[in-house]
Amino acid sequence: MYDRPRDPFDERQVNFWIRRLAHAGITLAAVSLLAFSFLSLAPGDFVDQLRLDPRISEETLDAMRARFGLDRPFVQRYLGWASGVIDGSWGFSFAYGTDVAPLIRSRLLNTLLLGVSATALAWMCALPIGVYWALRRGVGSRWLGLVTSVAVAVPELVLALTALVVASATGWFPVGGMVTLGADELPFLARLRDLLSHLVLPVAVVSIPTAAVLARHVRSAVEQVLEDNQVLAARSLGLRSGTLLLHHLLRPAANPLIAVASLSVASLLSGSFIVEVVMGWPGLGPLLLDAIRARDLHVVIGGVMCSAALVVAGRLVGDIALYLNDPRITAR
Amino acid sequence: MPRRARISLGLLVVIHVFALIAGFIAPYSFREQMRESPRAAPSRLTLFDDEGSLALRPHVRVGEDQRSVPLRWFVRGSRYRLLASFSSDVHLFGVDPPHRVFLLGTDALGRDGFSRLVYGGQLSLLAGLFATGIAVSIALVTGTLAGYGGRWLDGAIVWASDVFLSLPWLYILLAARAFLPLDMDPRAAFIAIVLLLGGLGWAGPMRIVRSSVRGVMERDHVMAARSAGASHARVMWHHVLPQAVAPVATQAALLAPAYMAAEVTLSFVGLGIREPVPSWGNLLAEAARAGIVSADLWLFAPAFMLVLVTWLYHQTLAAERWSFPCRAPTRDR
Repeated sequence: MYDRPRDPFDERQVNFWIRRLAHAGITLAAVSLLAFSFLSLAPGDFVDQLRLDPRISEETLDAMRARFGLDRPFVQRYLGWASGVIDGSWGFSFAYGTDVAPLIRSRLLNTLLLGVSATALAWMCALPIGVYWALRRGVGSRWLGLVTSVAVAVPELVLALTALVVASATGWFPVGGMVTLGADELPFLARLRDLLSHLVLPVAVVSIPTAAVLARHVRSAVEQVLEDNQVLAARSLGLRSGTLLLHHLLRPAANPLIAVASLSVASLLSGSFIVEVVMGWPGLGPLLLDAIRARDLHVVIGGVMCSAALVVAGRLVGDIALYLNDPRITAR
Repeated sequence: MPRRARISLGLLVVIHVFALIAGFIAPYSFREQMRESPRAAPSRLTLFDDEGSLALRPHVRVGEDQRSVPLRWFVRGSRYRLLASFSSDVHLFGVDPPHRVFLLGTDALGRDGFSRLVYGGQLSLLAGLFATGIAVSIALVTGTLAGYGGRWLDGAIVWASDVFLSLPWLYILLAARAFLPLDMDPRAAFIAIVLLLGGLGWAGPMRIVRSSVRGVMERDHVMAARSAGASHARVMWHHVLPQAVAPVATQAALLAPAYMAAEVTLSFVGLGIREPVPSWGNLLAEAARAGIVSADLWLFAPAFMLVLVTWLYHQTLAAERWSFPCRAPTRDR
């Protein structure tokens, strides 16, 4: 049933995926418009914050507003931003005085470093735990139930604070940040070690609740397959348990898990937001928070769009993976 | 209902009631500053009185010499308003003045931590509940329209929900909050947060309402009612919506703690409810400032309550074999 790989270049299928891609693009455009209008409804803008400073005259403020284009009507401002997207600058940051794209890029890399390693770690823990949990019942399973139910209930904010308290009380880990001051001058290996020691706690904080949720999903997916007749049939044919596990349990169980995985791609950015803010990780989260406080419009929109793009991309990739994994699914 | 769910539900009700009647439960007002005892540690409770013999009522150790003073029930103290309607000055417990009882210590301004925790719970818990109510109401209306209405209506609503589901939930929440003035009156901030959370979160529950409405529409009893000449409204109210109650209630029990956590997050980063009005979020922000280095764990009581309430909500759902609680779908976006 699962042996033959599918021809991914069937014409009808390709058309379908092109339409899906277009749909994703339209959704993203709608998101940007919605976010832009939300933020433009704001009474006051970046320049208004400067008015508090008595050294800046009213004329200067008006000149700044004209320079940033804040005095133009909504449609023109939106189109101005959209042209910035096309030429790759992603608009202009009022607070930093530079293009948004390079600003976001370096922060985005830090966030992805945290998010990707945490998500990978969570899946690596969740898969064996979930499978074990589904196959073995008894005392261990009850404990797993309790532990994961508590882990699911702990918000990241609380977990991050706990980690900080532990770090400051024991001194085993650096308290927040991503690099030690002056680490630039160290040799490469020492710098790597420094980075890793800073990475441990944030990754743990992001991955613990995720791993608990995932383990539950893995268990319920495997359990559902266990009840299928095909597993019984395979067992009665005398298949070895390794083969059974790989081919007859995990592959059919993968369908709901792929859906979950696309969600975990979607939450790469927003999942680590509060952890970054609390633990001082120089990612997108703190940048966005500062930009929101300063009404730095284009930076906020840039962050929102990054996250929305990941949500949309996650869904798209999930659908493609579903299609490749399960021959019963056809693209229509 | 299994026993575990019953117990959890009971505890949840107790916690919510306590938060609602915060003025009565809390021994002091949330803004009363006791300047002579800033950053006090929690008062020690004991069952021994001053002479060292066993007493029937709990005592509190006070002052430098740790003298025992009895804890009294239903004492008179500062006036407060209960449920925004009638006012009273009877508090559940307290000690005779001039002594004070601080179950969870005091903050830098000498305000009682326990009182602030109870008052803060009022805002945080209610924000979660109200926002869930709004999201679910919008979802019920749009979901029924989408499931019951024609192709175009259905398509339009589903597409709109698609856009809302693609919105990075937390980021949009932060950004949308930013378009409101930062220093808002706490009541206005509370209403704004509730409206934002509910208004942004309808898409997930809408899908569930729609699919359960869709599922019911095909069933025989609906067909029978239609062919017997029942009006659309009657079919909807008597035959379709009752089927959606269970999945929607499940969804609501997942959303409420998620929204509560969202309010806490907003207030934590300073975009929600602001001082001097306490919420679990801004209490935690203060704990993060003062408590991490000193490791004064009692400052983190709001965090404990947050976990407990979320866990209880999940346990209420966990009818069988611990299989249920996953995070609310909106959380991950």
